[in-house]
Amino acid sequence: MVPGSTKLYAARRRRNTISMALSLAATAFGLGWLVLILGVLLYEGFGGLSLKVFTEMTPPPGADGGLLNPILGSLMLTALAVAIGTPLGMLAGTYMAEYGRHDRLSTVVRFINDILLSAPSIVIGLFVYEIMVAPMGHFSGWAGAVALAVIVVPVVVRTTEDMLRLVPDTLREAAASIGVPRSLMITRIGYRAAKAGIITGVLLAIARISGETAPLLFTSLNNQFDSFNLNAPIASLPVVIFQFALSPYADWQKLAWTGALIITFTVLALSIVARALAASGKQS
Amino acid sequence: MNVASATVPFVAHSAADASLQRGKVSIRDLNFYYGDTRALKNISLSLYQNKVTAFIGPSGCGKSTLLRVLNRMYDLYPNQRAEGEVLLDGEDILSLQQDVNMLRARIGMVFQKPTPFPMSIYENIAFGIRLYERLPKSELDGRVETALRRAALWEEVKDKLSANGLSLSGGQQQRLCIARTVSVKPEVILLDEPCSALDPISTAKIEGLIDELKEDYTIVIVTHNMQQAARVSDFTAFMYLGELIEFAATRTIFTNPTDRRTQDYITGRFG
Repeated sequence: MVPGSTKLYAARRRRNTISMALSLAATAFGLGWLVLILGVLLYEGFGGLSLKVFTEMTPPPGADGGLLNPILGSLMLTALAVAIGTPLGMLAGTYMAEYGRHDRLSTVVRFINDILLSAPSIVIGLFVYEIMVAPMGHFSGWAGAVALAVIVVPVVVRTTEDMLRLVPDTLREAAASIGVPRSLMITRIGYRAAKAGIITGVLLAIARISGETAPLLFTSLNNQFDSFNLNAPIASLPVVIFQFALSPYADWQKLAWTGALIITFTVLALSIVARALAASGKQS
Repeated sequence: MNVASATVPFVAHSAADASLQRGKVSIRDLNFYYGDTRALKNISLSLYQNKVTAFIGPSGCGKSTLLRVLNRMYDLYPNQRAEGEVLLDGEDILSLQQDVNMLRARIGMVFQKPTPFPMSIYENIAFGIRLYERLPKSELDGRVETALRRAALWEEVKDKLSANGLSLSGGQQQRLCIARTVSVKPEVILLDEPCSALDPISTAKIEGLIDELKEDYTIVIVTHNMQQAARVSDFTAFMYLGELIEFAATRTIFTNPTDRRTQDYITGRFG
């Protein structure tokens, strides 16, 4: 051993201990808030959980009721948004990863997509208000679905492109070497190899939009009746939580907590499924 | 089309015993560029029908590049281009009229790393067959079996055809890829260092396979392993810095090479 090297080593160990302690403290700080939020949510919301929440309509203040219409409304809006946003996002992501790898258009689209990915959702709500709600003259479920779809698209574009780029070029060459045309290579081999990742992206997009309130305030608004007409305003969980939580009525506030609990754990479950899928995709 | 006169006289260098062979592919004055870099310089040689031709030479000498010209794999990438003539049965495959997918159906390729498709063993083979033929299920089953037998893999996989192709061992995956290549009935098979990722036992199996396959196909193999070239090939092309230094019967190259650089390389003095 070189003389003096033990001293160097000891100094390095000290630095290691300090950075590890700092990292652990930062992690604990971040996780602490999360645990606190989930704890309060469980404490406040769990008592209100009952079958009624899922079977009855939102009540007037002082009466008994549940969250059936906002839950169904949220499901409809989310399903529509995914149905509109996923194909668009996948096509754009496919273009960027497979056809336009070396061209300028992809670079531009990727840049714009990254901006859209982090655009404040209230801006998206206002935008859809301008192009749909104002011309139509009324709030509607369709406008809400479109606003959410605008949020879905960049997430799906990004994951589709990233996942297809992870497919090794040797696989593309192998397909080309037996004369597989490019379109068939993408649909039959590329998508199959990237399947877990692309589905994960869609699940993450669902998780992202299921808690969005701002874009819905300007588009689908709310509806206290059991209306599932997409041409009219429609209830959704985030907006009902927003309205009920700010109300002075104790029973509405309790329902808001329960609604928040339902959304949070749905998103949590989706994220866990997405992670499990991504992990299984990596193994194969 | 006068195939014989179009191809055979263009035998490069000292391949005297080659003139009796029928040229399947003949390459004339081929130059290849990656952007502005010239990677192949005036290559001319013939690949003979039902023979195995080995391309040897140090890394970066252009052997794989040359191989990838033969099925126009370079077409997948921008800024790569070939100039000159490559005749397959007298037909120029570099011409713009050539449909690359149809060309690749005639000239198959096996890569350095095994590349099974992410699907079942059966589908890996059936996928290629379905590209060119519509067959009833029973006939398709037969064709899949034939291809797997041809690649000496049938006995090992016949009970698990629905298992994922990626679940096989490396050597099995490589034979699966050979089966996939064979299944579309090509005329020429290009092997790009097919054994470099495999253990000696799998390598021996693949080499045995090459011997059998040459009865039906014209085979080109790129290899870093000189013993392998000596074992499996009938003709050997030695390349260096993008040039074809010497092309002759393998026996001649390994026992009595004309060029000093060939001799140095095969005796391990450089490369």
